[in-house]
Amino acid sequence: MTNLHCNIAGIDSINPFWLASAPPTDKYINVKRAFDAGWGGVVWKTLGIDPPVINTSSRYGVHHDRSRGILGINNIELISDRPLAINLAEIEQIRREYPDRVVIGSMMAPIEKSAWQELAVKIANSGVHGLELNFGCPHGMCERGMGSAIGQVPEMVEQVTRWVRQAVDLPVFTKLTPNITNILWSAEAAQRGGCHGLALINTVNSITSVDLDLMAPTPTVDGKGTHGGYCGSAVKPIALNMVAEIARNAETKQMTISAIGGIETWRDAAEFIALGASGLQVCTAAMLYGFRIVEDMKAGLQNFMAEKGYAHLDDFRGKAVANTVDWNDLNLNFDSKAFIKQAQCIGCGRCHIACEDTSHQAIRFDTNSQGLRRFTVLDDHCVGCNLCAHVCPVPDCIEMRTVDNGQPRLTWPQHPKNPLRTDVPVSKNTEV
Amino acid sequence: MTKFSKSQINQNFDDLHKPLNRLQAITEASRCTYCYEAPCITACPTSIDIPTFIHQIRSENIKGAAQTILSENILGGTCARACPTEILCEQACVRNHDQGKPVEIGLLQRFAVDTFLDADQPHPFKRAEPSGKRVAAVGAGPAGLAFAHRAALLGHQVVIFEAEAKPGGLNEYGLAAYKMANNFAQREVDFLMQVGGIEIQHSQRLGDNLSLAQLRQDFDGVFIGVGLAANHQLGIPGENLPGVEDATNFIATLRQTADKSSLPAGENLVVIGGGNTAIDAAVQAKRLGSANVTLVYRRGEEYMGATAWEIDLARKNGVVILLWAKPIAIHGGDAAAAIVLEKTALLEGTLQGTGNTLTIPADKVLKAVGQKYALADEPSLDLAKGKIWVNERFETNLPGVFAGGDCVHLGEDLTVQAVEHGKRAAHAMGRYLFTISALEI
Ligand SMILES: Cc1cc2nc3c(=O)[nH]c(=O)nc-3n(C[C@H](O)[C@H](O)[C@H](O)COP(=O)(O)OP(=O)(O)OC[C@H]3O[C@@H](n4cnc5c(N)ncnc54)[C@H](O)[C@@H]3O)c2cc1C
Ligand SMILES: Cc1cc2nc3c(=O)[nH]c(=O)nc-3n(C[C@H](O)[C@H](O)[C@H](O)COP(=O)(O)O)c2cc1C
Ligand code: SF4
Repeated sequence: MTNLHCNIAGIDSINPFWLASAPPTDKYINVKRAFDAGWGGVVWKTLGIDPPVINTSSRYGVHHDRSRGILGINNIELISDRPLAINLAEIEQIRREYPDRVVIGSMMAPIEKSAWQELAVKIANSGVHGLELNFGCPHGMCERGMGSAIGQVPEMVEQVTRWVRQAVDLPVFTKLTPNITNILWSAEAAQRGGCHGLALINTVNSITSVDLDLMAPTPTVDGKGTHGGYCGSAVKPIALNMVAEIARNAETKQMTISAIGGIETWRDAAEFIALGASGLQVCTAAMLYGFRIVEDMKAGLQNFMAEKGYAHLDDFRGKAVANTVDWNDLNLNFDSKAFIKQAQCIGCGRCHIACEDTSHQAIRFDTNSQGLRRFTVLDDHCVGCNLCAHVCPVPDCIEMRTVDNGQPRLTWPQHPKNPLRTDVPVSKNTEV
Repeated sequence: MTKFSKSQINQNFDDLHKPLNRLQAITEASRCTYCYEAPCITACPTSIDIPTFIHQIRSENIKGAAQTILSENILGGTCARACPTEILCEQACVRNHDQGKPVEIGLLQRFAVDTFLDADQPHPFKRAEPSGKRVAAVGAGPAGLAFAHRAALLGHQVVIFEAEAKPGGLNEYGLAAYKMANNFAQREVDFLMQVGGIEIQHSQRLGDNLSLAQLRQDFDGVFIGVGLAANHQLGIPGENLPGVEDATNFIATLRQTADKSSLPAGENLVVIGGGNTAIDAAVQAKRLGSANVTLVYRRGEEYMGATAWEIDLARKNGVVILLWAKPIAIHGGDAAAAIVLEKTALLEGTLQGTGNTLTIPADKVLKAVGQKYALADEPSLDLAKGKIWVNERFETNLPGVFAGGDCVHLGEDLTVQAVEHGKRAAHAMGRYLFTISALEI
C-alpha cells in the first residue's frame, strides 16, 4: 500500500498537496471547498498590515498555445485586499472545522522589525501550523519596498527571517523569488536567518503579451499595463532547476523544500519530489481547472509509487539529486544516435528539416517510385543532440539509442583537448 | 417516410459540411504537423502550399492564409467546397497514418478564403504592366475564369465569351446545391473580376454566333474552356418520354431555382450511372423529397466513378444503390412510369446481360452516363479520346489556340483540375505571345 502522508518541516500533512498562497486560498469559502476536494493544506493568501491593499480591475495576462491551451498566466494582483481581522477569524474557523488539514499563514510587511513581529504574532494566534514569509511578489508590493524588494537582497532575507523566528515558536517557511541571479544566495540567507523550510518559486517577472490595438502590455488597466508575475506550466523548468540547485548544494541540501511552480499533474509533483522537495504547492493549475485536479494528482502519484515499489514519498525523495551534476561531470565519451522506427514514421519530414537546417544534416530524405517518403539517420553525421526526437509529432517514433563504443568515462577536466586538463577525475557533486 | 415541409426542403440544400468557426479552425490547424515538402501539396492539382496556409491560420494571419491559397488557385473557395479531398490532399495527409484521420484541409481552406471574402478586402493581387496583348477565353467555367485571371495578372486584356446567361460554368449550373450554398459561385466570380482587365460577354456561343477563325483574327491568343456540353444517351426504347431527363439538366434547374420546394419531386425516381453526377442527382432528389430514389449501375461498387465517401453519402441519404443492372426500356403512357432493368455479369472479362430482368416503378428517370465534348462545328481542332487534343503546354494543333478543363483529353474532370489547366495555359500563352512578338521585331 502506498501512502501519501508526509511531514513537511515538522508539520504532518495527509498528502503533500497544498494550495499556494494566492486567490484559491483567499477566504473561508475557497479553502473550505479545497479541503472538501481533498487538498492536504493551504498557504493562506498573503496577509499584510491594515489598511488592506486595493486591487485593479484586469489582473491576469495569458500565454496561450496555438490551440488555446494555457502555457502560463501572469498576474498583477497584490496581497489580500480584505481586513486582517476578517482573515484571521476565517482561519480560526477553518482550523476548527478541518483539524486534519494544514493551514499556513503567509505574510508580508514593511521592512521594520516591529511590523513583522507584531503581524507574525497575530497570525500565529489564529491557530496556523506555520508561517510563510512572502519575499517574492514581483509587482506592486516591491514598489512599496516589500515582496521581491526584500527577496532580492540576501541580507534582508536573513534579517526578516530572523525577526519572525524570534517572535513566534512555529515552523517558518521563507518563500523565495526566482527574479535573482543565483537562488543559492537567498536560500543560504534564509538558512542563516533560521527558517525551517524554503518555499519556491514565487512568480517570474514578465509581460505575457502586448495588445497591438491598444499598444499596451496586457493585462491593460485603462490603457496601461505593467509587468506581472508569470506562473503555471511554463515556469516549471525554472522552478525545477532552482529546487535542484538548493538540493545539491552542500550548504543547503539538508533544507526542507516546499516546491512551487507549474505543478499541474502527478508527474510534475513526482519530478519535484525526485529533486528533493518534501511538499508541493499549486496555484495556477487550480485556478485553471478547479480544485478537482488534486484527485488525479493523488491517484497518479500513488499509481506511480505502486508501480515502482515506493511505499512512502521518502522512498524516492531526492533520488534524482545525485544524478543532477555540473556539466563538467558529464561523460564526453557517451554516444547515442537517433533511430527512426520506420513502422511508426508518418513521413512528415519534420526531423529532416530540423536536422538539415539547424543541426547536423544527419537525416536523409528519399522518395521511392511509389512516392513513399523515407527518412533515415546517417550515423556518421548524427551527434545525438535529440532535436529530431523532440520535433517528431509521433511519440516514441524516434529513439535515441546508446552506442556501445567501449570507451571509458571521460569528463572535460580530464579531456585531452582541454588546455587546463587536470587528469584528476572530478567527484564534486556526484554524490549526496 | 414523413414528407418534408417547404422550409425543411430549402434547409436540405444548406451547406452539407458546416463551415468551421474561428476556434474550430485554429484547433484543427494545430493538428497539422507542418510537414516538410508536404505530400498534400503534391496531391493538390493546383499545388497550394497547404502547410504554410494552415500555419498562417494557426498564427491567426488569416489574410495571409487566403493569399497563399488564392495565389495558386483563384477559385480556392469553390475548390474548398467541391473538391473530393478524400482522393486529393487529405488522402496524402500524414495524419492518416498516426491518427487515422487527415487534417480537414478542405474545411480549413474554406475558412481562410471565406474569412477573407467576408472582410471585403481589396483584391489581393496586382496586375503586371500592360502587355499590349488582347486574349480571348471561350467559356466562363473554372478553366476559362482561371485562365482569364492569370492572363489579366500577366498584363493582358481579356474578353471571355460565354454561351450562358451567368458565368461560372458548372460552379453555377452543375455542382450540388449543398456544396455551393448562398450563391457562392457568383460571389466568387465577382471577387475574381476585381482584378480588372477582364470583360465577360454572354450569349456568345462558339460554333453558333461566334467562330474560332474570327477570334483568332481579333485576338493575340485564344483559350478554349467549353467543358463537356453534351450528354451520352441510353439508346433504349422510351428514352424520349416526358419524365426522362439528363441528370445535369435536372441539377441545373435545381441550382437555378431559388425556392427548391417549388420543384416537383418524383415519387419513384431512378438515376442511371455510377459517377459523381449520378450521386449528386440522387442525393439532391432525395433531399427534394422523392420517396424512392434508386441508383442503377451496371457494374459492382468498386468500379463506380464516384468516391467511396460519395457513395456513402448517397446511402446515408436513403438512396438505394442497385448494382449489376442496366436499363433496357422505359415504359409509360403519356410519361415514364416504369423502367425495365436487366441484371448483368462479368463473363470472361466482358460485361454482359444475363437475360434476367426486373421492372421497377419510375415516374422520373435521370440519365447520368457521362458527358461528352460537343464542339462539332470546329473541325479544325484535333481530337484525342473524343476531346480536344493539347500538348503539355495546353496548346492545341492551331497556333495561338490553347485549351483546358473538361474539354481536353488530359487530366480528370474536376473543378480543381480545370483551374490548374487555365492557370498553366495562361503562362504557356504568355511565353507563346512573347516568343511571337520577339520574332516580329
Ligand atoms: C453534376 C456535376 C457535378 C460535379 N461535381 C463536382 C464536384 O463536386 N467536384 C469537382 O471537383 N468537380 C465536379 N464536377 C466536375 C466539374 O464541375 C468540372 O470538372 C469543371 O466544371 C470543368 O470546368 P470547365 O471550365 O472545363 O468546364 P465547365 O464548368 O463545364 O464550363 C464550361 C463553360 O463553357 C460554356 N460553354 C460551353 N460551350 C460553349 C460554347 N460553344 N461557346 C461558349 N461557351 C460555351 C459553358 O456554358 C460553361 O460556362 C461535376 C460535374 C458535374 C457535371
Ligand atoms: C493571482 C495570483 C496571486 C498570487 N498572490 C500571491 C500572494 O499573495 N502571495 C504569494 O506568496 N504568492 C502569490 N502568488 C504566487 C503563487 O503562490 C505561486 O508561487 C506561483 O503562482 C507559482 O506557482 P504555480 O505555477 O502553481 O501557479 C500569486 C499567484 C497568482 C497567480
Ligand atoms: S539527434 Fe540531432 S544530429 Fe542526430 S539526427 Fe537527430 S537532429 Fe540530427
